[in-house]
Amino acid sequence: MKIGVCVKSTPDTAITRFKYTSGNDGIDAAQVKFTVNPYDEFAVEEAARMKEAHGGEVVAVTVGDAGAGKVLRETLAVGVDRGVHVDAVNTDSLATARLLAAVARSEGFGVLFCGKVAVDDQASAVPAMVAELLGWPHVSVVTAFSTDGATFTASRAVGGGVEEVVTGALPVVITAERGLNEPRYQKLKDIMAAKKKVVGVVTPESLGVSAADLAPVVTFSAYADPPERPKGRVIPGDAAEAARELVRLLRDEAKVL
Amino acid sequence: MLDLFHDDSHRALAATAARFVDTNIRPYAEAWEEAGSFPSDLAVRAGAAGLLGPTYPESVGGGGGDVFHGLVVAEALVRGGSVGTAMGLGSHAIALPPILALGTDAQKERFVRPVVAGTRVAALAITEPSGGSDVARVRTRAVRDGDHYVVSGQKTYITSGGRADYVVTAVRTGAPDSGHAGLSLLVIERGTPGFTSGPPLRKMGWWASDTTELFFDDCRVPAANLIGAENFGFYAIMANFAQERLLIAATCVAMAAEAIRLTERHVREREAFGRRIGDFQVIRHRLAEMRTREAEARSFVAVVAERHRRGEDVTAWVAMAKNAAVSACSFVTDAAVQLHGGLGYMRECGVERLYRDARLFAIGGGTTEIMNEIIHRFAPTSR
Repeated sequence: MKIGVCVKSTPDTAITRFKYTSGNDGIDAAQVKFTVNPYDEFAVEEAARMKEAHGGEVVAVTVGDAGAGKVLRETLAVGVDRGVHVDAVNTDSLATARLLAAVARSEGFGVLFCGKVAVDDQASAVPAMVAELLGWPHVSVVTAFSTDGATFTASRAVGGGVEEVVTGALPVVITAERGLNEPRYQKLKDIMAAKKKVVGVVTPESLGVSAADLAPVVTFSAYADPPERPKGRVIPGDAAEAARELVRLLRDEAKVL
Repeated sequence: MLDLFHDDSHRALAATAARFVDTNIRPYAEAWEEAGSFPSDLAVRAGAAGLLGPTYPESVGGGGGDVFHGLVVAEALVRGGSVGTAMGLGSHAIALPPILALGTDAQKERFVRPVVAGTRVAALAITEPSGGSDVARVRTRAVRDGDHYVVSGQKTYITSGGRADYVVTAVRTGAPDSGHAGLSLLVIERGTPGFTSGPPLRKMGWWASDTTELFFDDCRVPAANLIGAENFGFYAIMANFAQERLLIAATCVAMAAEAIRLTERHVREREAFGRRIGDFQVIRHRLAEMRTREAEARSFVAVVAERHRRGEDVTAWVAMAKNAAVSACSFVTDAAVQLHGGLGYMRECGVERLYRDARLFAIGGGTTEIMNEIIHRFAPTSR
């Protein structure tokens, strides 16, 4: 079975300081170090484990510029067999989903793994859209996954300590939550082997997705920093008195009680 | 700079090592140093991440990389904050190369593969109470008896001596006065009757590393554990000195870099006489000197490593690189303690540990004086 995994190139939040483009209408990509979206690493690991258990081929797919294609290559050292880089820029969630769905259809994936969210736009929109476009079931924020090759079982934490178990027939779109697995390290042997693996570059036209299909339905007009956090306040007095004052402030000023 | 000779594979391995160190070492470094040991399953985790044998052949489970792959891992381990852990975890780096160079396939499968995987620990035992640098004086005797050697003698200052499952041991198989020509290497396995190790030795630095004496009391070792030919042990030991000393040099460079990082942070935060001490020219200049010494050593080590990678005979260069890196590391860690003031003398302070840990490198892996003898003997003469 072919196992698909969607990979997004996102800023490395551990070291990146963001700067806006001159018109405040975007992030200055030149100032940013990009890496694999952290949640996609769980998706990649789950795809690799599924292949190790059942055989098949793991194909990672990304949509973006040449930089995104380079980031995609990082996954070739951690269990991905082949990459597909859809060369398209400035696609919104729906356009991205159309392109990914077209790849999934042409490759004939049995399962498509995605991260539950991308750490840049935090939209969590694409995987559900892909599933809808394909007419496949979609299970989000999954913390355990298994399959027998025809059906699947997926667990998701729905809050309050409750675990929801979803079963169904393949193909399916799964989005990975932290805890689904522990992503493996890139070992030198695999880093070397990855150099011989192929990332195929495809265009939207070759996937049968027209310019009209890619027209954005969402556009970003402006970016702004969140307001600066006001200075903290120290409430003086003994504990009982300070606690009374704290409650009064929370009720009368902050109006959260 | 070391990274002048790096390609994407070195950068990817450095990222793997950094992730491993951030998750598995840094949070616990101080506790392990104080406890005088690190958990034994750390090696299993490091093995699973491919960090125990990046330069060893893939046929024994290694990464098949070049010398720079080894150096990036050594550097990353130092950044974990416990040089003792890095050295203990890496004790096989001096023990396994003779087996890789001269051992049989069966010996590699038996002694190398499980160590690279992290499920077994290997150590090298040469130094004896009667002497270290003078390898020709090794007195531990191995007498052939059928298909065994009977080993008697004592070793000391053995890194991982208490934990090692396989001890690659220099023994005298020739006549007592045979010098270099009468030495052999035997792998002596934990559990062999007559083989015991002493309690951990109390050291100036490297606290998390387990350093002990070893005792061999009529210890019967299978002749199948002989590495290479009998009486060729000295050459087996010598064969790997280039890579071993480059690893030591890179470790020293990384320690200097770490001391500079900690000191930069300190002088930015610490105030005296009404301003941050980093704003005083005397402090800025001291830091500039520290950075210069570190950069000098880093550049030199990189060039020598590259010559080694190209297959040149770097015997003298490597000795110079070790001395240069040790000297830079000593200078920088000493200055780092000074710029930290009283805090730099306190156990809670990272540079206090680096200062103590640095001292051993002028002694271990060949003393500075032995390096100078090698430079004298092997450096091309100027015309």
